[in-house]
Amino acid sequence: MTIEKITRALCVPLALAALVLPAPARGAEADVKLERVEIDLADLPSLQSGARTYVNLCLGCHAAGLVRYNTLLQLGLTEQQVKDNLMFTTDKIGDYMRTAMQPADAREWFGVAPPDLSVAARSRGADWLYTYLRGFYRDPATLTGWNNTVFPNVGMPNVMWHLQGERIRKEEPVMRDGKEVGDGHGGVLKKVSFETVRPGTQTQDEFERTVRDLVNFMVWMGEPVQLKRKQLGLSCSSRSAS
Amino acid sequence: MAEARAPAYDSSSWFGRTLNWIDDRFPMTVLWKTQVAEYYAPKTMNFWYFFGSLALLALVIQIVTGIFLTMHYKPDASIAFASVEYIMREVPWGWLIRYMHSTGASAFFIVVYLHMFRALLYGSYRKPRELTWIFGCLIFLALMAEAFFGYLLPWGQMSYWGAQVIVNLFGAIPFIGEDLAIWIRGDYVISDATLNRFFAMHVIAIPLVLVGLILAHLIALHETGSNNPQGIEIKKHKDANGVPLDGIPFHPYYTVKDIFGAMVFLLVFAIIMFFAPEMGGYFLEYNNFIPADPLKTPPHIAPVWYFTPYYSILRATTDSIMPVMAVAVAALAVMTILRVRSARWKGAVALGALVVIAGFFALDAKVWGVVLMGASVLVFFAMPWLDQAPVKSIRYRGPLYKTALTLFVVAFVVLGYLGVLAPTPGRTLVAQVGMFVYFAFFLLMPWYSRWDSHKPVPERVSK
Repeated sequence: MTIEKITRALCVPLALAALVLPAPARGAEADVKLERVEIDLADLPSLQSGARTYVNLCLGCHAAGLVRYNTLLQLGLTEQQVKDNLMFTTDKIGDYMRTAMQPADAREWFGVAPPDLSVAARSRGADWLYTYLRGFYRDPATLTGWNNTVFPNVGMPNVMWHLQGERIRKEEPVMRDGKEVGDGHGGVLKKVSFETVRPGTQTQDEFERTVRDLVNFMVWMGEPVQLKRKQLGLSCSSRSAS
Repeated sequence: MAEARAPAYDSSSWFGRTLNWIDDRFPMTVLWKTQVAEYYAPKTMNFWYFFGSLALLALVIQIVTGIFLTMHYKPDASIAFASVEYIMREVPWGWLIRYMHSTGASAFFIVVYLHMFRALLYGSYRKPRELTWIFGCLIFLALMAEAFFGYLLPWGQMSYWGAQVIVNLFGAIPFIGEDLAIWIRGDYVISDATLNRFFAMHVIAIPLVLVGLILAHLIALHETGSNNPQGIEIKKHKDANGVPLDGIPFHPYYTVKDIFGAMVFLLVFAIIMFFAPEMGGYFLEYNNFIPADPLKTPPHIAPVWYFTPYYSILRATTDSIMPVMAVAVAALAVMTILRVRSARWKGAVALGALVVIAGFFALDAKVWGVVLMGASVLVFFAMPWLDQAPVKSIRYRGPLYKTALTLFVVAFVVLGYLGVLAPTPGRTLVAQVGMFVYFAFFLLMPWYSRWDSHKPVPERVSK
């Protein structure tokens, strides 16, 4: 009788264990520790600020071609506010958020056509976007003059350089008792640091908030219904429980 | 018109007359009685007996939500991905229907795996229920096909490359493989042609087969009657009216029980669907939110969780374990030769084993990976004949079967987990051990099930 009972008792813990299993791999270019970003889809000012950053700095290259402009009305904006502040690629509020850039041009300029970002937050995850967008540094060896810690040799330049400022990457050997330390692979253990060589228009805190708002917006854009979904789930399960 | 039979209902009311009119032309009352209200099931069916009715519920959820998804989905490689997002964003309640369908797919497999595990616990596959079991195995195969075809439809990177990997497996078959793979795809790569035919298979061909097989599964079950946790045949002891003494009518006793099960199931289902429809990347894979790109192979291609045990077996079959497999097959052949009496069978087994062992070294390990992956599913069909124990239920079996079943479940879960991860030499080794345990459970069963100790089985069921 024991196996029946043990397995029966295990059914629920096993199902719960699935919830805490390490998530399967997302597409990743480099093995970098990602910084956590706090997502709050009820924070309308943050979502609005993210939307503004998106249309000003991202939409030039990256369409959100599955999202209609009138979806932005859900962010507590009026139709006029959306038209005046967020619509630069069309004059019809029912249009999709397309980009004016031609894919062929993009391939010539960046080596790759910038992907549509409608559901990028669902494939990459918020933490990846947050770390990536803050991970640019100057690198004269690349086509654009920029490189990225999370996505080495990415085709995208640092479009937020005027906000973040310019950073360079520095490698220094780690010294212990005045001697260099081996990295275990025949090389020398190095400490990587970044140095701001030209400040941007935003302080570091301001820039982190800008990127956080942008990522917040992208998470919302990936599934605009998600807040409603959870609220519906709450009322559904509480009603069936009572 | 049926032969004269006393009308079952009161002909003084229009309702009774209508029912009598139907009964004269269609065995409505007879079916209701023989299959439901006077279908006697053992009175001791427990927790593990929820999963048959839940599998039916999962099927209904999939079919109903599937019909609505078909109304909006476009099986066209250039717009398929966007049409799914159109359902998620613009179709009223489309997101709910889509999440019900995606959650339902995983729920279906969870329920079916538990349903199959019940059969392993209580010997439900044993005589006289071999055909119920075989229909069930066919349902499982059809379900896997259904899931595989359906997974291409969202046209994300995992859809595309998962299909590519699986169809390429057919390419590994000697001589005809390449042509067969092209025939399946309708093209040299997974393309619009593939998407269209997979759509046809997913929405009509396989569901039709599935429903037919489920009907056959139920007809066979109702012919023999349900098994029970003790593996006792309740039809051996009947009262004067021919009603099994240890049976209770399916309706209302088990309909009520199953409704309770359905409610608990739906509650868990709703919690997942509303709060974690991606289930941490296991039910909806993150990389499937990247549109399919035939020019960009993802570094790590993982099937959805319910296929991962078999995928692990595929990957674990490497050149390095061929000698070990050869030894295992040789040992199994020697044991079988010592066991069977007829000289002709002894010769056939020896010849078969030699051919297989020669094949291990002559053919690419990839081919054997495909063979073993197929065998890991098909071997279930042989269960009724592999099991030689004099008792059915685990309650009367000895330590050997209990240990074997425990090891099998552990191997299945470990293989499933490893199938999600990228392979490393260490993980491959663990998967190889898991694969041997998996097959040993089945192939050694004729021996250990007979050597095992057994307790006497009571005549009548009890708690």
